[in-house]
Parts: sequence; structure tokens; C-alpha cells
Amino acid sequence: MPDLSYSIARTGESRAFPGTHAFIDGATAEGAVLVLLGPAMAPRCVAPERTAVLVELSTECLAAYEREEDPPASSNLVGFARWRLGANPPSDLIELVAGRTTRPNALDAAQAVFEAAGFTVSRCADRAGRIVDRLLRPQFNLALTALDDGLATAEDMDLCLKLGLGYRQGLLAPLLGSGLADHYDVTRALFEVYGQAQYAPPRLAVVARQKADKAEPSHASLLREAGE
Amino acid sequence: MAWEWNAAAVAGAGTMGAGIAITIARSGLNTLVFDESPDALDRAKRQVEAFFEGSVRKGKLDAAAAAAATARLSYVKDVSALAEADVVVEAIYEELAAKQRLLSTLNAVCRDDTLFLTNTSTLSITELAAGSGRPDRVVGAHYCLPAQLMRLVEMSKAIQTSAASWDQAWAFQRATGQHPVETKDRPGFVLNFFCVPYHNDVIRMVEAGVAEPADIDKAVKAAMGFAMGPCELIDLIGLDTQLRASEAFFSVTNNPRTFPPPLLRRMVAAGQLGRKTRRGFFDYGSDALFGA
Repeated sequence: MPDLSYSIARTGESRAFPGTHAFIDGATAEGAVLVLLGPAMAPRCVAPERTAVLVELSTECLAAYEREEDPPASSNLVGFARWRLGANPPSDLIELVAGRTTRPNALDAAQAVFEAAGFTVSRCADRAGRIVDRLLRPQFNLALTALDDGLATAEDMDLCLKLGLGYRQGLLAPLLGSGLADHYDVTRALFEVYGQAQYAPPRLAVVARQKADKAEPSHASLLREAGE
Repeated sequence: MAWEWNAAAVAGAGTMGAGIAITIARSGLNTLVFDESPDALDRAKRQVEAFFEGSVRKGKLDAAAAAAATARLSYVKDVSALAEADVVVEAIYEELAAKQRLLSTLNAVCRDDTLFLTNTSTLSITELAAGSGRPDRVVGAHYCLPAQLMRLVEMSKAIQTSAASWDQAWAFQRATGQHPVETKDRPGFVLNFFCVPYHNDVIRMVEAGVAEPADIDKAVKAAMGFAMGPCELIDLIGLDTQLRASEAFFSVTNNPRTFPPPLLRRMVAAGQLGRKTRRGFFDYGSDALFGA
């Protein structure tokens, strides 16, 4: 029986667990697995006595936190992201990422801990956007562009997808309801990595980010305006 | 205007044709299923009957209704048997020349007032109508897989389609229990406009080793609450259909996302076409039609 105990340390605001959750409540002081919630930090903080140290990822790769000098399969670092669309509540999906240095038993332990807590876990390679953002953000972009081009109304496009593919929801209703500024941020990050047109933020997302920045300038937007 | 139909026909006894035949026969119309291949007809007959048996077993249809629907179906390999059909739904593979040849043959066989519905996911309805010999009587009707379960039909007019043909086609869909939605005669209509590039992205992700098909499906379903993952859906649609759709789509859009990925070509070459060959991204025990 694997040791499913885990501890939690917060490094800042977490997109995966922004509020209370049974997973938070289930943490112990000295768990076999250490879960770092919030923006990931430099790799020097790894705890070698733990079976796994889970690093919360945003749009970046786990490789950003691995040490170049470490040999393959020598560390307990595992990346994870709980998929979330904008301001909507996080889903029950955990994407788990093994890096170049991740030991197989660390990945297994991470999966076991999340599955025991009731999450759906998918494993994927250490690539920007992992599975869902990489596949669905271009679809959201396509839908937003089609909406701009007058292909159909948002309701009719969603209806076609629901009736035709058996989707419980379409693409546009959840996206538009979640706020497009976050979609801009994610697609911009993916576009920087892949350079492919399908990731380029569409007009509606650009406008949403511009409006959000004007309403409440972020540090990043001020740097952009300053040309830095 | 109230339309009446005595008999309908489905030309093409593949997965899509069998599914469409089920929807028509289930609605009470006598239905001819035509294919030049006896093997295709035998498989379609077996699949349709198994589907109705499953519907009874699962309580979706009572035994008498299933028996009546089964009895309304006839399987023919001689196209002249379609001479008295009021409506013919063309549902062969996605190739312009082949579909035009079939429509032209049907034009020679069928009555002048017979309506032709052409089931295509990427081809131009206007081009198909132009090769039919009766362009004003041709309407695009894109059924969705699995047709026996999905009510959506994307309906498109050719430039030449008459208003009467359009009204009749719309009424036919309603009468057979389908949910028609009007779309423009443009590549992919709505569904494939989204699906063809998306499915190629999924195949490229598998090919690049980013994630296994099962992990991709699990992730997309959990993230969006979809009932089916993309790999499972590609297997249901058929990898050969995805390849043809991609080639057709790329030829008219030049969108790199619609260019067939090498893995797609390799799987088709290997005969791993999805559910219909019992192996695609996943292994399947049988070639039974999906659902009940």
C-alpha cells in the first residue's frame, strides 16, 4: 500500500486551489509527498526526504525548475496543473508532468495522491500548455474568430457542437462566461512558445485584455506599455 | 406545404449509411439501402438488426416497433431498385468525383421529382449539385456520427437549390425525427470547421509523444465535461474519413491544421481505421454500431 500522506506549503496565490477544498483539509504535517501551491519557485527548495515534490505549473514547463546538473530520473520533482478556464472554478482534472529528472516513483506517488483525493489524473510530457490548453485554446480561438466573422451566433455554434458531438456544453458559453482576458494571457504564452497561428490571441481576447488592463493595470501590463 | 413520402433510400451502406437508414426506418418510412458491395450490405443489415435488438434490450424501443422498423428495411445491390424512392440520401465516402458519379447515376434511375440529399462533411454542395443532372433538387444534409443517435443535421443549400427542394428537405428531416440546422455551403459547415483541425491536432499530439490517447481523452472529458474524448471520437468517425476530410479541407482552405498528420496516413495504411476495423487508437472487441 503506497503512502498517500501529503503536506502542503503555499508559495503564494494558487490557481489550482484558490479557496478551501477537501484536498487542503486532508494534508498532514509530514506527508510523504510535498505539494507546493502557488507560483513555483527555484529548484533549490526541493525536499529530498519526500517521495515527491509537486510544483504547481501555470503556462511554463517544469524544466524551468529542474537543475541542469541533475542526471535523468534523479529528482522527486513533479509538475501539476489543475485545469481551469479563466475565473471559472477549477475543474477536477489534474495534469501531471514528468520532467527530464523526475523519478518514476515520484510520478506514481503524485498520481496516487491526487486520485485518492478524487481527481482525474492525466499524464503528459513537459510541454507548454500540456494537453488541454494546447488542444482547446486553438478551438476557443477558432470560435471567437468565427463569431467575429458572423459564421453563426454563439448559441447556434454551441448548439451544433452539443447536438453533433454530444458535448454537454459548447465552447463559447463557458469561455465567454469565464472572462477573455485570462484566455489572452494563456494564448499569448502558448504563441510565444509555438509560434503557430492557432495560438495567436484573437481580437476579442485582445480587447478583453486591453480593457482589463485599463481598469486595473497589472505589473505585466505596465511593463508592456513601457516597452520592457 | 405538407409533404408525403412513401419510400426513401440510402445510397451507401457504410457506417454512416446504416445509421441514416435506422433514423428513416424508425420514423415509419419504407427504406431501401443500396450498395454495390454485397459484403457492405450484409454488414449493414447485421449492424442495423443488432442495433434494434440492443434498443429493445435497453428499453429504448418496444419489440413491436423494432420489428416493424426492421421490416421496413430492404437491402439492394441493384440501383434500379431506387426508381420509386421519393427521397434518396447519398452517403458514400467523401470524394467529389465518386459522389457526382453516383448522383448522376441516381438521376438516370429516379423519378424527376425525387429529392437528393447529399451527406458530406467538407465538399461543396454546389459542386455536388452541379454534377448531379438535377441541381435544383439537391440539398446538403450533413448527418453526424453516430447518425442513429445524433439528431443534428447541418443543412446547406447549393446555389442552384430551389426553394421547394429546400422546404421539402427540411420537412423530411423533421419527419424522420432529426434536428436540422441551416449552415452555409462552406468547407466543414460548423461541425467539421471545428473538428477536422482539432482532430489533426490531437493526432499530432499522440505522434509527438506528448500524451497517450487514453490520457488525452481523460483530460478533455474531465476539463470540459464532454461525454466522449477526441481519440474515441476519431475512432468512431473512422481514421479513413478523417484523412479524406483533411485532404478535402486542406485543398480548399490551405489551413496547416487541416493537413493530414503523418501518423494518420500510417494508421490508415495499416488498416487501423477505428471502430469499423475494431482497432484505431483503442482496441475494440466487435464492430457493433455505437449506442442503442
